This record gives sequence, C-alpha cells and structure tokens, in this order.
Amino acid sequence: MRTRLTLPALALLSALALAGCTADAQAEDPATTPATTATEAESVTVTDAWVKSAETGMSAAFGLIENTGDADVTVVSVGSPASTAMELHETVENETGEMLMREKDGGFTIAAGQSLPLEPGANHLMLMDLVEPVVAGDEVTFTLTFADDSTLDFTAPAKDYSGANETYAEGEGHEGMDMGGEMDMGDQ
Amino acid sequence: MTDTPRRRPGGPTRRQLLLGGAVAGVGAAAAVGADALTRPGERPAADPAPEPLAGAGTVPFHGAHQAGVATAPQAHVSLVALDLLDGTDRDALRRLMQLLSDDAARLTQGVAALADSEPELAVVPAHLTVTFGFGPELVRRAATGSDAAPSWLRPLPPFTIDRLDPAWSDGDLLLQIASDDPMTVAHAQRMLLKDTRSFATVRWTQAGFRRARGSEASGTTMRNLFGQIDGTVNLEPGTPDFEDLVWVRDGWLAGGTSLVLRRIHMDLDKWDRLDRGGREQSVGRYLSNGAPLTGTHEHDEPDFTATSRIGFPVIPEFSHMRRARSEDTSQRIFRRGYNYDDAPSGDRVSSSGLLFVSYQADVDAQFVPLQRRLDELDLLNEWTTPVGSAVFAIPPGCAEGGYVGETILA
Repeated sequence: MRTRLTLPALALLSALALAGCTADAQAEDPATTPATTATEAESVTVTDAWVKSAETGMSAAFGLIENTGDADVTVVSVGSPASTAMELHETVENETGEMLMREKDGGFTIAAGQSLPLEPGANHLMLMDLVEPVVAGDEVTFTLTFADDSTLDFTAPAKDYSGANETYAEGEGHEGMDMGGEMDMGDQ
Repeated sequence: MTDTPRRRPGGPTRRQLLLGGAVAGVGAAAAVGADALTRPGERPAADPAPEPLAGAGTVPFHGAHQAGVATAPQAHVSLVALDLLDGTDRDALRRLMQLLSDDAARLTQGVAALADSEPELAVVPAHLTVTFGFGPELVRRAATGSDAAPSWLRPLPPFTIDRLDPAWSDGDLLLQIASDDPMTVAHAQRMLLKDTRSFATVRWTQAGFRRARGSEASGTTMRNLFGQIDGTVNLEPGTPDFEDLVWVRDGWLAGGTSLVLRRIHMDLDKWDRLDRGGREQSVGRYLSNGAPLTGTHEHDEPDFTATSRIGFPVIPEFSHMRRARSEDTSQRIFRRGYNYDDAPSGDRVSSSGLLFVSYQADVDAQFVPLQRRLDELDLLNEWTTPVGSAVFAIPPGCAEGGYVGETILA
C-alpha cells in the first residue's frame, strides 16, 4: 500500500528524465508518457474495506477507494470468488423520495486526488448469488478492474451488520431479495 | 493478517479526510478538535489556543503485553463475560479474535471500527483500553495438543466466606473495557459485542468506577465505598517485581497474565453502625490518609510488633492488612480494582461493593494463598461478601496486523 503511493511519482520522474534527452522519441511513442506508465490500479488504494456477512443470496462490500494519482480513474467492474455475479451499485432517490439502489452506468469514476466512499445506503460493491455463506470474520478477496484493464486486489473482513437493507430500483431484477432478513445473523 | 491495503488504525479516518486536508493525517486529538469546531456551514474558528481535551488521550493497543493491565487505571470499566455458542470452534475463535482485535485497535486510537454505525462516538478515546481474557472452555476449544491450559485456569477453590451467584461468575471470554469517559466505554462495548453475536452470548456485565480523571492527582490510591484507601501495597508497573510476578514467562501465555475477578458486596448499612476507630482497626490503617496505625504516611511500613499500653498489637492480628500480608514475597499480586454502586432492592438504600481485579502470573501460587489467609480470618469479612468470582487467562499482546490469541489460535 505504501509503495503504491510512490509509483506515480517514480513514473513521473523517469518520464521527465526521458523527456530531457529523448524528447523527439517520446513524442513519437506515446507509450512512454506519464499518463500510460502508471496504470489506474497503481494510483488507487482501498482502505477500511468490509463486507456484510450473509448466509445466502446477496451481500455488499464497503470501504474507501482513493485515487492518489494525477489522472482520473474509472472502476468498470468488480469480482470476487465469493460471488458469481458482482455489480457496482449506486443509491438514488426516486420520484417518491424512496432511496433505491441500482447498477452504476459506466462504473465509478474517481477524479485525480479524490476518494470514493462506499457505504451502507450509498455507493457499494454488490455481491449476488453467493457461492457459500459469508460468515463473520471471513476474509473475502475482491478484484477491481479499471478502464485501462488494470486490476487491484484487496481483501475485506466479513462483519455482521443489521443495516444496508437497500431496496432495488424496479427493473433491476432482484425483487423480493431484501439484503437483510436471512442474512442477518444477529438473531441466531 | 493479509496484504490487504488496509489503513493502519492510527491513520486518518474517512471522516477526518472528509473534514478537509487540514486534519488529514493527524490523530484523535485533531479529530476531537475538528468535531468541536466544525459545524455545517461554518468555517472552523481560528482559535490559536484550543482547549486541551482529556478525551484525546490514547493508549497503544499493540505491544508485547495487552494494554489495560500495566496501564494507569482509567476512571470507568466495564467487564463483560461471554459464553461461547456450541458451534464456536477453533476456526471460529480465530475469526472472532481477529474481528475483536481489529475493532479494539481502531477504537482505542479514536478511530471508528469497521461497520461502526455510530462513528462519531469513536473519536473520544479518553485512554480507552480493551483487554481480552480467555476462560477454561475457550482455551479447551483453542488448544491443540501441546498448548495445554495452565493448571490455574479454573474456578477458584471454594472459600467459606463465598456466597457466589453464577450470574456474576465465570465465563468463556472476557472483555475488559476501560476509559476515562463512560460514553466511550458504552460505545466500545456495543461495537465489540455486535461482533460477538455470531459466536457467543453475554453472560454478565459488571461496571465499575473510580474518581474521574483530573479530580485527584494521578497516581492517588483509590478509595473504596467504605471510605478506605484501597490498594496502597501494590506491585508497581515498570518495576522488576511487577515484571516477575505479573507476566507469564513460558508457552502461549508468555507475555500474558491471569485475571482474578472477585465481586465483593460491601454492606454499607452494617458498616454505618461501626465507629471510626472500629473501621480503622478492621483494616489496620487510618481512614484519613491510609497510613498504617503505627505510621503517619500512607506508604509507611507497618510495625506489626508495636503494642498498645495495655499490651495489644496496635495493628490487630485480625485486621485486613495483617492478614493480607505474607512473609513470602512471591505471593504478591497486582490489584486494579473498581467500585460498583448498583440499584438497591427492598428497603435497602445501597447495593455497593468492589470489583476486585488482580493480575498475577500464577493464580494458584500467588492469589489463592492470600485469599486462604483472608478466608480464615479477616475482620473485614464482617462487612464484605464475595458474590461473584472468575478466573481468566490474559493472552499476550499482538503486533500491528496480528490479533490477541494468535499464540494459541494461529
């Protein structure tokens, strides 16, 4: 994590050095420009990640995605061995003031130097069709894929959590699958 | 634990980051200040000398020993004992202790735990410590072959003075949550217990208190609710005696210790009938400053041979201090107790006492002989009754990224 922070700076330094002696070559070869030497994944850290425990069905993961680089990054997809299908979700208010969650079109774009909090009731990583129960204290691995096809792995501990019972927007195809209910292990 | 790019507990929280770059990267002190100064729509006040807040104080969670033993006693404690669910096996215990250790590592540094529903309550640590203790059943489930439970990890032998209530006794997992702020204790307890729900149920909780921080000079010996200075003769953290007599040396408990809890009911109504002279004789110390009846200052060495004009010992043979004292200096313990004051029942006006908490490397070699002497004879037994009792093994501390209990669960 700490080394990741320094990669863009190193890339920039080497690019500057290159520019000093081979400016013409660089102009002809865009592959050596700073924007492409550091991948999007190398500019990103994920901290405070956790995933809601669940017996079956669906769950959600949360945390803080930080873009420490100097270019915008876009998370286009997320995957995990714990789920056969994952989506990037946002929570939006409908005409009646109800908060509904739905897939985020185009993924999460995080501007240079900015962070994206993933929180219950807001943006989150949605796990569907869990492969097996996610129980409290499990470490679940996730892989974020960025617009440049670079990837970033992180793990998140599973925690029992009574909240994050979001409702789906119509047409999302998850009717009747409230995120609480059977996933809530607190009453067992 | 893993190579997860997880933020260190001491680093900035999301909330701190959202408050702006000015407070990013600083600890709880700035977080407290920022919370106090920042209101929605207001600019932070430019106060050159912000009020120093005691709530910002932190005690490191990570280290060779768990915090909360050698730590100067905070004003408030909550002791929580849990019973493990039948299905909580060794793997589950590892997951449980990883979760609880991570919660404690964050909360003690003034940082919200993961999935903390009330993160604003986490920013005032006020010297919060969370100390974990393992009861006999937990160690039985955790042990694999060579990691035997120490022989002393069992209920204390019965004493004639005991009137033990199972509702205040024993347990599989202990949480000792202590802070100078009772609000912080409540939030930490709630957060930790939420993470135990899949593994255990609450057996009992016992809350205790001392003087508030700042009310007296730090280091002042506690008074109990009989008005007595309680704990004058005690091992002192940082001394060779403390190192030798408190910390276990070998095995998975090396760097750990044991905790004995005795919930001692104090009959204040009966105590009220005793005059001041009788009260001082019962312990062998003056009530005013705790000096032995043969001395003038609290820490004066008592003279047990001194006699009165009519030939009786000045410090009675039956006094608490005389009976607690052993010639064998290896039979010493480290006391870190708290008072309790519960709601009275019936026509009584108080239900008070002492949460006697002691730490020692070996319960059988250090605590039991002392308790036997007091069981046989101690005038104070007229007014005090042990109503709860529990023994826990306190595992060593852990390094950053580790968890308490890893020496037996990993």
